[in-house]
Amino acid sequence: MLWTSAVVFVVVVGGVLLALARGTRRGAGETPTTPDSSLHRGIVISTVATTVVLIALLTASVWAGRGVASQRAEAAVSIAVTGHQWWWEFEYEDALPSRRVLTANELHLPTGRPVVVKVTSRDVIHSFWVPNLQGKRDLIPGMTTAIWLQAAQTGRFRGQCAEFCGLQHAHMAFDVVVEPEGQFEHWLDQQRAPAASPTDGLASRGLEIFTTQRCGRCHTIRGTDAAGQAAPDLTHMASRLSLAAGTLPNSAPHRRAFVSDPQATKPGTQMPSNPFTDQDLAALTAYLDTLQ
Amino acid sequence: MTIGHVVDGDWQELERSWADPSGWRRLTSSIDHKTIGRRYLITAFAFFLLGGVLAAVMRLQLARPGHPLVGPDLYNQIFTTHGTTMMFLFAVPVMQGLGIYFVPLMVGARSIAFPRLVAYSYWMFLFGGVFLYVSFLLNAGPDVGWFSYPPLAESLYSPSKRADVWAQLITFTEVASLAVAVSLITTAFKLRTPGMTLNRIPVFVWSQVVTSFMVIFAMPAVMLASTALILDRLVHTHFFDVEQAGDALLWQHLFWFFGHPEVYIIFIPGSGLVSTIVTTFSQRRMVGYLAVVLSLVSTAFMGFGLWVHHMFATGLPQLGESFFTAASMMIAIPTGIQIFCWIATMWSGRIRVQTPMLWILGFFGIFIAGGLTGVMLAAVPLNTQLHDTFFVVAHFHYVLIGGAVFPLFGAFYYWYPKIAGRPLGERLGRWVFGLLFTGFNLTFFPMHVLGLHGMPRRVYTYLPELGWGPLNVVASVGALLMAAGVVLFLVDVLALGSRATADAGANPWSAGTLEWATASPPPPGNFLHPPTAGGREPLWDNTPAQPVVTGLRTDIREVLVTHVLDAEPDHRQRFPDPSAWPLLTALATTALFVGSIFTPWAVVWGAIPVFVTLVGWFWPKSAGDAGTQPWPIRSRTLPRPGEAPAAGGVL
Repeated sequence: MLWTSAVVFVVVVGGVLLALARGTRRGAGETPTTPDSSLHRGIVISTVATTVVLIALLTASVWAGRGVASQRAEAAVSIAVTGHQWWWEFEYEDALPSRRVLTANELHLPTGRPVVVKVTSRDVIHSFWVPNLQGKRDLIPGMTTAIWLQAAQTGRFRGQCAEFCGLQHAHMAFDVVVEPEGQFEHWLDQQRAPAASPTDGLASRGLEIFTTQRCGRCHTIRGTDAAGQAAPDLTHMASRLSLAAGTLPNSAPHRRAFVSDPQATKPGTQMPSNPFTDQDLAALTAYLDTLQ
Repeated sequence: MTIGHVVDGDWQELERSWADPSGWRRLTSSIDHKTIGRRYLITAFAFFLLGGVLAAVMRLQLARPGHPLVGPDLYNQIFTTHGTTMMFLFAVPVMQGLGIYFVPLMVGARSIAFPRLVAYSYWMFLFGGVFLYVSFLLNAGPDVGWFSYPPLAESLYSPSKRADVWAQLITFTEVASLAVAVSLITTAFKLRTPGMTLNRIPVFVWSQVVTSFMVIFAMPAVMLASTALILDRLVHTHFFDVEQAGDALLWQHLFWFFGHPEVYIIFIPGSGLVSTIVTTFSQRRMVGYLAVVLSLVSTAFMGFGLWVHHMFATGLPQLGESFFTAASMMIAIPTGIQIFCWIATMWSGRIRVQTPMLWILGFFGIFIAGGLTGVMLAAVPLNTQLHDTFFVVAHFHYVLIGGAVFPLFGAFYYWYPKIAGRPLGERLGRWVFGLLFTGFNLTFFPMHVLGLHGMPRRVYTYLPELGWGPLNVVASVGALLMAAGVVLFLVDVLALGSRATADAGANPWSAGTLEWATASPPPPGNFLHPPTAGGREPLWDNTPAQPVVTGLRTDIREVLVTHVLDAEPDHRQRFPDPSAWPLLTALATTALFVGSIFTPWAVVWGAIPVFVTLVGWFWPKSAGDAGTQPWPIRSRTLPRPGEAPAAGGVL
């Protein structure tokens, strides 16, 4: 389609330039000689050619659309995607509730197996887009739609919100990890487990801060008292590639900085600034490090 | 055929009858279409400059990743105000401003129809724009995009007044453009000079008529939508409120049912300008006039059938998507026909490449590229990848700047001698064109690539590791070139243009349409004896024996009303005198509109001053000088000095 367009561009602009060359060569006294009938014939032929090219492009478009839309299969991985200002909730569905996996901002997909992504939104309209996998699909509150996709090769890709959704639309990304089936199942198993209890004193103190201060009102860490629903599930947050919906690399210093002042990196985010003391911040960071 | 030769009649009396009032009353009370048209053009251009400054700030912000120049809150206000300004305060009004100024002249009329309504329209447009920018300066500029999608625009997610400002600005500009639309249609249908049958109407006038009909059908959809949004926000209706069984997608259908035709509302007058300039500078009648006019009409019809291609990502049934893909591609056919007709006209003409024509050549290069990326975007599989990326930003700037702004600059250089009576310099004009053409392509071409590399729109910053930095720098440098071009244009017009003393003469380009049949600038009343039309290009086609219209009174404002199809004289109509009531009505309406973003009671109490001013506006005249007169005298040929009266001079 790009090449067809490029050829059409060259032909039409070429026509303009030819006409320009002919028209400017004519002297002031000269009268135009081309009869109207041959000009009209030229216009009709060009119009027919345009129509033929457009029909060809339309056919190609509908054909490709059919190909994209006809991916259906049994035994697909089913993932419910919910958009929030400004992060992604991913739930891997399973008939057994205990086998469901809830995570955020990082999507793992197996190669060679169809995946159905069911999208909706909790607040405003977002759009789910992983350029390397598939076109966009809007996340519209009040309705759920599904797209099918199938990853051909392993790799790490980036997804990004593609519908303007407010202050931090620019920082609403997620990571996509496409891996072989075995690794994918292993990852699912690991995600199903509750968070490990901290063993050293500093991390235990961190857990205490997390559950007794305000963190747990919005975030969930399964296996602890923190069961908030308004913000990303952090049960295995240290295992993820990035922090704050694809905004920062997920390292301990970044975690510490983000927890203490999220508004510095993501102005407008729903997460408030937290005036913790240095000791508390160190304990909290040590605890978050354990959430593998 | 110049008016100066005509021996009878009294120019001075005509000018006295049609002149604007003097002093400050000229400001408040003028209803001359040329005065209002000039105000429209200057105001719209001022908004173009403001929108351009906002664009430059965005380009500076995006020049490098993580740039701390502008934060997300301000950036969202900036891109929303930029889009809203360019669409509602520049592109539509500037084209309508050209229509207000030139449609009456091109059809040989003494005035636009409903001149007071046009004056009211100008004030509504001005007050709406001022309202937007005052809000912006008060940190209350709209920040939810020029498309203002709910639920983001609902009060739950946008609790401040910003979204209300946007919605009410829409009401202002829509009232203004609807008023102009009915005036232009009436002017083109009822005030044409005898001889200008339907198939002799200049293509530019056709483009304004077609656009005006589109305005009448498209704008109510967005006014309905923005009013529903205000009601949701102000009195808690639930049109778009998902929690209360409202529908977020309903907005998108209503908005794009307006929003897509809007593109053609901007492009169709642009294409009319291309036809006008190509004809004049090829010194040849338009090849395929009928095909071009029918293309305009069919573009207008089809323009209403493709709004859903803005919504391919929402997840529609595939059959519906295919229909809208087909419609979106089909609309390339009438546009293609127009392009082929222009090429054929140039092919068989004698082209003079003067500044106006230069802009048209630039138009071809840019617009054709934009049209082709449009065809690509119509394909659903490509669309869902490219939608809401910088590819789309590149596409619609190629279409709108290529299809409307370049012809507009061409038209400015073309008609400036008519408006100002002085020509603009050729050399500086070429520099302005060179800077804008180079700057434009440097700014927007890289955006295609950025979009293909996955850069989404409406982001205030991006991460350095994504590698979008270098192309963004190129785009920002291009934006600086464009800014330099616009500054040079201003220098050309303001500083040098006003110093030039050369007299442009009535018809400096040897053009064929009737606006060139009167002096530059046109005097009040335009034509003492409106020339009749003996062909599509009256100044080329008319014989010396071509009749002129006589028998119109010059001591009062009187115009000739003709029949729609064949422009046969029907009756003489007394036209209204200058009045400040349109201004007062606009002030009252403004108070109502602005008040209603704070309290619903503003609609109730605000209606009273609107009613009072309308009563003043429509207060009956004394019976003696009002109304319609029969048409007692048919057009006749007037002898020129030294010529014997021509025979057979009755139409």
